Amino acid sequence: MMQFMLLFSRQGKLRLQKWYQAYPDKTKKKITRELIATILARKPKMCSFLEWKDLKVVYKRYASLYFCCAIEQDDNELLTLEVIHRYVELLDKYFGSVCELDIIFNFEKAYFMCDELLLGGEIQETSKKNVLKAIAAQDLLQEDETPQGLFEDHGLG
Amino acid sequence: MPAVRGDGMRGLAVFISDIRNCKSKEAEIKRINKELANIRSKFKGDKTLDGYQKKKYVCKLLFIFLLGHDIDFGHMEAVNLLSSNKYSEKQIGYLFISVLVNTRSDLINLINQSIKNDLQSRNPIHVNLALQCIANIGSKEMAEVFGHDIPKLLVSGDTMDVVKQSAALCLLRLFRTSQEIIPGGEWTSRIIHLLNDQHMGVVTAATSLIDALVKKNPDEYKGCISLAVSRLSRIVTASYTDLQDYTYYFVPAPWLSVKLLRLLQNYPPPDDPGVRGRLIECLETILNKAQEPPKSKKVQHSNAKNAVLFEAISLIIHMDTEPNLLVRACNQLGQFLSNRETNLRYLALESMCLLATSEFSHDAVKKHQEVVILSMKMEKDVSVRQQAVDLLYAMCDKTNAEEIVQEMLNYLETADYSIREEMVLKVAILAEKYATDYTWYVDVILNLIRIAGDYVSEEVWYRVIQIVINRDDVQGYAAKTVFEALQAPACHENMVKVGGYILGEFGNLIAGDQRSSPSVQFQLLHSKYHLCSPMTRALLLSTYIKFVNLFPEIKTQIQEVFKQHSNLRSADAELQQRASEYLQLSIIASHDMLATVLEEMPVFPERESSILAVLKKKKPGRVPENEIREHKSPVPGSTANHQEERSAAKTVSANASTDLLGLSTPPAAPTAGNTGVLVDMLGELYTSGSPQPHANNVAAQNAYNPAKFVCKNNGVLFENDLIQIGVKSEFRQNLGRITLFYGNKTSTALQNFSAAVTNPTGCIGKLNVQSKKVDPTVEAGAQVQQMVNGECVFDYPDAPSLTVTFTCNGTPQKLSLRLPLTVNKFFEPTEMTGEVFFARWKNLSGNEQRSQKIFKATQPMDNTAIRTKLIGFGMQLLDGIDPNPENFVCAGIVHTSKQQIGCLLRLEPNKQAQASNGFYDSPTTMDMFRLTVRSSKESVAVTVCDLLVDQF
Repeated sequence: MMQFMLLFSRQGKLRLQKWYQAYPDKTKKKITRELIATILARKPKMCSFLEWKDLKVVYKRYASLYFCCAIEQDDNELLTLEVIHRYVELLDKYFGSVCELDIIFNFEKAYFMCDELLLGGEIQETSKKNVLKAIAAQDLLQEDETPQGLFEDHGLG
Repeated sequence: MPAVRGDGMRGLAVFISDIRNCKSKEAEIKRINKELANIRSKFKGDKTLDGYQKKKYVCKLLFIFLLGHDIDFGHMEAVNLLSSNKYSEKQIGYLFISVLVNTRSDLINLINQSIKNDLQSRNPIHVNLALQCIANIGSKEMAEVFGHDIPKLLVSGDTMDVVKQSAALCLLRLFRTSQEIIPGGEWTSRIIHLLNDQHMGVVTAATSLIDALVKKNPDEYKGCISLAVSRLSRIVTASYTDLQDYTYYFVPAPWLSVKLLRLLQNYPPPDDPGVRGRLIECLETILNKAQEPPKSKKVQHSNAKNAVLFEAISLIIHMDTEPNLLVRACNQLGQFLSNRETNLRYLALESMCLLATSEFSHDAVKKHQEVVILSMKMEKDVSVRQQAVDLLYAMCDKTNAEEIVQEMLNYLETADYSIREEMVLKVAILAEKYATDYTWYVDVILNLIRIAGDYVSEEVWYRVIQIVINRDDVQGYAAKTVFEALQAPACHENMVKVGGYILGEFGNLIAGDQRSSPSVQFQLLHSKYHLCSPMTRALLLSTYIKFVNLFPEIKTQIQEVFKQHSNLRSADAELQQRASEYLQLSIIASHDMLATVLEEMPVFPERESSILAVLKKKKPGRVPENEIREHKSPVPGSTANHQEERSAAKTVSANASTDLLGLSTPPAAPTAGNTGVLVDMLGELYTSGSPQPHANNVAAQNAYNPAKFVCKNNGVLFENDLIQIGVKSEFRQNLGRITLFYGNKTSTALQNFSAAVTNPTGCIGKLNVQSKKVDPTVEAGAQVQQMVNGECVFDYPDAPSLTVTFTCNGTPQKLSLRLPLTVNKFFEPTEMTGEVFFARWKNLSGNEQRSQKIFKATQPMDNTAIRTKLIGFGMQLLDGIDPNPENFVCAGIVHTSKQQIGCLLRLEPNKQAQASNGFYDSPTTMDMFRLTVRSSKESVAVTVCDLLVDQF
């Protein structure tokens, strides 16, 4: 079971965090800090897996963004790399050539997408088509809503 | 801004931009505080806030939280959003709750109510939103409230596939929180049958759930085995186009395959031959596919394909029954060792660690030793080097231990700091475990200290001392080696500690050489003294006082050191105390007193290597393996596992071989082969190799314990249903006379009766025995006598054997017994005072004059019984002379016609000592004995020691 997934930038800024195991906030911050430092210190050609406490950490860099997952001893490292890749593909398809900024400005969308792919730390749907279908259905529901707030937003900041 | 469908929240985007534009952390905090104040006032004051605005502010709060700031309000507004009839508002509400709910549990009832409503919605998107929220939070309360509804949702025919997927994983999450929520009974089969579902997404999600359920209750769910195998079989034989969207980069359903392979690892290999055959076919297919050329150059293709392969190999290792597959797996991984993908090399090394622990593939793994050594040396990534070290550790056995340990030592000189300590532990364990020659072990450990002294933990240097103390065959070598190592101008403090301790105990063994005379040893150690920490200095002071005892000639020199200002008035309490106490001891105590107080340290109880415990602690996730697992199904020609070998070896040596017992078992008949071996190992019941199996059975019930007669001269030597053999013996100086009584217990005569005494080769020329012939017929109920005369010429190790043959009721019988004529029978007890005893004891401190054994008590410690035995053994029991009243000391002279050999003995009981069969077994407490025998003749010391071992 995946324990958590972190997305962070090359500068070490956390962009997205998804926890499948309940940790106290303090622990989450500590884990995040330590892992970001550890991974950023690693060289490009190094292995994508590392032992960390009693977990295995799998990470991969896409452009300026690092995707990092912590899994348990029994879990499959190579397939976790492909979970990351599938997630990137989904984001890419949805945003159209995804970049770090998309995830910063639409973090909620990145969360919704993640919930379709993984649930409770396990893979839920591996088919790209089906995930995108689910997201499209959600977007359709929103489009039915009366556009509102566009005017009110101006000047509100 | 990218073209995102749905409505963007402009206010949120502006806020995020503002934050990104902040030039400093302070500016960012200022901007955030301003926003928080704004949102707070909106939430408080503006009652007319509409859903959109609430959503926007809640989203901003979420963003602020994700930046790492604490959020302590807004929960209520988020909960309000849950019941919004606009999906986008509901969704943001759920997101906020999922991320932040732990902090405000008083809202849980409201949240649950909203979830309940959404679960009942006819819109599957709403249902899924609710399910995802439950799965994200997964609290106990939620398990209670929804534990009932979700299983229904999962198996109902009306539920849409997407909802089933979420329901399966939601249920899994709740099951992890509280295990009792899963209904049993008919539900079991319905859940299992999800493996047959049409929809691959449903099967994938359900497999995760079933895997967790199986772990809790394997029996109830074992029906899933055949379903999982057939599902797997369909996938591995599918072409990549069959599964359409579930094919990932030309690999059919890798996620589901991996999950099914993982699920099967919860069970032993399938019993049903059909299912088993199908599974093996699947595994073979996966191995075959690994050899096919890749269908794509993309790394995604090879990752997915190899993910399945590695999982299949895990299953093969788990089954541990298919030698062919294990060897194929090993070859495949061997290829990966030189793959250009670092990830593959890493995983191959890791997986091979497991293969090395299977007896079927252990040798196949060893073929790759060179490549693995290269990996340890050449890999650029330390985590890969670490795996290589782990694998070398796992593949190490007695055939390659020297080479692997040497390579690890070489590498240690340049190894990364992060892995040095662990490597030191591993080298120390391997060296100890596979040492056939303990001088090699000592060399390895001293090298470790020399190369990586800083990483040598206390456990490691304690251990080398324990082993040197316990093994007298290595003490002289150890003393010489540490002495040489200490010559180095800069040597590590740990070396000084080990050197100090060993020279203090065994410096005398090398003192004969002028180059390492007492004074030289002392000067050498003391030259390091001032560079050392107080703890090491304290240890050295103890070494010095030991020197006072060992080498009286340098006493004044040593006393000078004790007297030094820096010691006698040391600011360190421990040093001061030692210096002053040792000084007084050296001045006041008599030679004998010194000899007693500063006696060589007693041996350490043998127990699990403390180093191994440290290594286990260092790697809590992975217990390091260096033990070949026993196979799970019997296979001819398999080797017994180490533990058995060890304990068998121990049994044999404890009994000092069959010869010592004086009853060589003739080659047993094939049918009796098994019992023969067993009996042989137990060393208790000796049966003759009678060709008739039933004769063996009779013999197996016999009462015969030759060891008993080591400590007594008269009694019943052997008895079964047919015959009783009694013995009575007298000894004077080097002469003995044994009378044997053969009583026929049957109602018919024993025919062709003969009883022959044979001298084993070890005794020829050392012991003369002559026996009289006996009458060939022993009438029913009658008893005949036989006289045996013995003369001890030299001391001898064995005892003669007595072979009795006769025919009873037409069945030939043969008994091989041991004549109670051991060398101790020629002991003359010698009375002496404590002073004399310990003076002689000390004189006999050479390696060749001592023999020592440590053994477990075979019966409760009873002082009277022990005394009776020691007296019966023939030596004089000397009361009240050992400083420890628990100990027994004895003295005696062995009379041979050529010489008289003095012999001293000390038996030290140790109640509830830690003991085990070997260093690596879990320790148990039991009563132990240490037996030390010193004699002017080595062979006597050894024999006497061997005879007495296991008597108590």
